[in-house]
Amino acid sequence: MALGLTSDSKLLDSALSGDRRSLAKLLTRIESGFKPPLPPSNAWTLGVTGPPGVGKSTLIGSMISEWVKNGQKVAVLAVDPSSPHSGGALLADRMRMQTEGTSDSVFIRSLASRNHPGGLSFFIGPMVDILSAAGWSRIIIETVGSGQSQIRIVAFADRILLVEGPDRGDIIQAEKAGILELADFVAINKSDLPKSDMAFNSLVSALELSENSRIDVHLVSGLNGTGISELITSIEEHEKSSKRDILKQRERLLSIWDSRLLSSPLLNDLLHKLNTGSITLEEAADMI
Amino acid sequence: MGMRVVIAKPGLDGHDRGAKVITRILRDGGHEVIYTGIRKTPDEITRIVIDEDAMALGLSSLSGAHEVLIPNICEKLRLAGLDDVVVFAGGIIPQKDHEELYKSGVRAIFGPGTYSHTIIEFLTTVSSRKSNGEPTGVGEGIGWRWD
Repeated sequence: MALGLTSDSKLLDSALSGDRRSLAKLLTRIESGFKPPLPPSNAWTLGVTGPPGVGKSTLIGSMISEWVKNGQKVAVLAVDPSSPHSGGALLADRMRMQTEGTSDSVFIRSLASRNHPGGLSFFIGPMVDILSAAGWSRIIIETVGSGQSQIRIVAFADRILLVEGPDRGDIIQAEKAGILELADFVAINKSDLPKSDMAFNSLVSALELSENSRIDVHLVSGLNGTGISELITSIEEHEKSSKRDILKQRERLLSIWDSRLLSSPLLNDLLHKLNTGSITLEEAADMI
Repeated sequence: MGMRVVIAKPGLDGHDRGAKVITRILRDGGHEVIYTGIRKTPDEITRIVIDEDAMALGLSSLSGAHEVLIPNICEKLRLAGLDDVVVFAGGIIPQKDHEELYKSGVRAIFGPGTYSHTIIEFLTTVSSRKSNGEPTGVGEGIGWRWD
């Protein structure tokens, strides 16, 4: 155990001095529960979410190029779901991020949500802290915006970008799902496809009717780069909205709460008791 | 608990159906599989293995460039200090080239007709060899191979 502690602190030292392999290994250690002893960071974070297939990874690839051009160091934590059946995961976000593959200014790490009770919420904070302390000036957390737990991971970022496609007739469904209340920016991606301007206009006019009119909406193409620098400028100039920040804190709190609940040693026992009817839901909640 | 495995397509070979099938097989076998996409250089692949902290790297080649690319990647992994990473190969690799690839650090070569369970068994063996401290990685002493 003492050996483990020594090697963890060595890893930490060498990750902070800029060694990529140590940083990568440290992220693995954090996934296994290690909490690096770091003061809270002033990390710059952006959460990117949206339905499957709207082009999040491609868009992030274009954004990375723009940031790197501006002298930033960009780290991406790309989260994909684990198979509940095998526990395995297929992590292929990075194949769509067309960046200079060996640039020292880009670090992309794929993360499986695993079957950790409560998902990644225990780890995402420490991971962001270590990346920031190691000099990564722009940290992006990408998740598929399906399911509450994925959206909650994104809420660990200080800014949230919702990505939508041009061909989704149900953009307003996103508003029902609650993610539009959290999002600071919306990007309608694939402006290279026909009718994308219609999707853009319909979202803008829908938002005018709601209280969310301060959301910046952009029409972009991750594929050919149209609108990317405007999107970046808008993200960089983002002013904090205390209303949305409170909502983010709420999602973070709920996320940690869920994680604690799901990792309670009493959980299985209580589930069985609930199933046989020997206790009520209220009683179970009180016991936890 | 599964391993983190990178599946990569080096060089100009654009056919990746096989590599994608392998990623599915490994995922269903409980591993976390990072797929790089096609047309990656040896430097890019080395960088991905570092950043993803992968324990194993599978290289798929159908173009005939395996003789050049695969030993080159093995060498780059060693130079980057990734001696413990296990390298295996697949695709269209003629029998006459196998020995050369094994000598360069590859531990297994899977051709057409390989059963999916064989690849999973290979990774299970790799995992137990690693926990026993037996040489398995690309820079850990040539000798053991999966035949």
